[in-house]
Amino acid sequence: MKYAFSFLAVIAMVLIAWLGSQIPGMPYLFGVALPYLALLIFLGGFIYRVVQWAKSPVPFPIQTTCGQGKSLDFIKHNRLEAPNTTAEVVARMFLEVVTFRSLFRNTKSEIYSGPHITYESSKWLWLFALIFHYSFLAVVVRHLRLFLDPVPVWLTWLEFLDGIFQVGAPGWYITDVTLILGCVLLFSRRLVNRHTRVISLMTDYFPLVLIFAIAFSGVLMRYLFRSDIDIVNIKQLTVGLVTFSPTIGAEIGAIFYIHLFLVCVLLAYFPFSKLMHLGGVFLSPTRNLRNNSRAVRHINPWNPPITPHSYAGYEDEFRTFMVDAGIPVEKELAPDKDAA
Amino acid sequence: MYNKATIVPGLIIFVLLVTFPLWFNAFSTASTVPKPELPPGGEKECVASAEEMRSSHMVLLNEWRDDVLRNGDRVAVTVAGKEYRKGLQMACMACHSNKEKFCDPCHEYTAVDPYCWDCHLTPTLAATKKETH
Repeated sequence: MKYAFSFLAVIAMVLIAWLGSQIPGMPYLFGVALPYLALLIFLGGFIYRVVQWAKSPVPFPIQTTCGQGKSLDFIKHNRLEAPNTTAEVVARMFLEVVTFRSLFRNTKSEIYSGPHITYESSKWLWLFALIFHYSFLAVVVRHLRLFLDPVPVWLTWLEFLDGIFQVGAPGWYITDVTLILGCVLLFSRRLVNRHTRVISLMTDYFPLVLIFAIAFSGVLMRYLFRSDIDIVNIKQLTVGLVTFSPTIGAEIGAIFYIHLFLVCVLLAYFPFSKLMHLGGVFLSPTRNLRNNSRAVRHINPWNPPITPHSYAGYEDEFRTFMVDAGIPVEKELAPDKDAA
Repeated sequence: MYNKATIVPGLIIFVLLVTFPLWFNAFSTASTVPKPELPPGGEKECVASAEEMRSSHMVLLNEWRDDVLRNGDRVAVTVAGKEYRKGLQMACMACHSNKEKFCDPCHEYTAVDPYCWDCHLTPTLAATKKETH
């Protein structure tokens, strides 16, 4: 059911875009209005989520320590796994974001007859994630050639490297294949691995199916359904979108609107889904705090300010009540002027 | 909000990255949408309709390249009674003789770098070369 619903939802969206874009006038909805709306939801939702996170206090230093923390001089400090300074935290975060070191530590546990349990390193998730994320990054950056006018030279280098095999025309890109491969691998990992399958939810499958459909529709548009896919015409629209003067010069094939609509859905869905790990990875307290709780006291940010209160001050505050109740005081009440 | 000093710059960097095309285009001179020059000889017929050529000319050229160079199939294509020999220089450039005004504007606009010209010569360039054999 979880898998079926993801596929059904994506198929329904493809049909909406396909049939919808055929109605006269509707290309402006799918080509202009929805992209703007989706981008606004994406940016607004992203900022909202990050601000909500930033409003949550971190009462304890909860960094995960994966190595020897800083201690006595003769004990070797693992600077990357138990960072003690900001620079070491930055190094740890950088490697986390760029090379997914947390996924590298993924282990697989299995029960054998006996019974006894074994743990072994399982690097597949790390490998699949690397393939998927870097392909996706390259594909997104490559798409800038449709939005930038004139196209900067570094973009043509990326384009050249990605299409270096020079297969066919229009040329095949390496990342086209690896992005689709990455989606398939990550999806099948959730199906094949028993433990992961049990904890996988609809919200785990749906983004993978959606991104697969986006990549696949893009590939189909580029290599198969080329009728009415005039790249100059499309770039006129996309550059128009980012210069706030969008025009649809001539008819564009339905596959383009399907591709674009799915991207809009992804953008609008992004801030409210697990995909927010794009921002979340930077805000993980287990990664971005210093492992210095032996040296520096972590103050819970929601604590009210507590000022020192001496006994003398306490007595000053409550002396009248103390005397009334017969409690001995160090300093007597000032003599009553009216009584004298 | 806690950690304003890192959250706010981080969000600003994020928004700037996402909206990169907006301010890149705002600070650069936009090129006009290219219009390829029609054949100087005044020919009106091509091997396929203008729409089809606009979207799929590269597919056709690739097929012709494979036919001629890999399969040895040099049989000319006849469209509407006119015969076209398979080849960029023999068929296409015979009418669309000006590469700079016909091919390049769109390719430059969309940052497409076809490798046709690794081997082929434009008619003007071909005229300047002397036969060496």
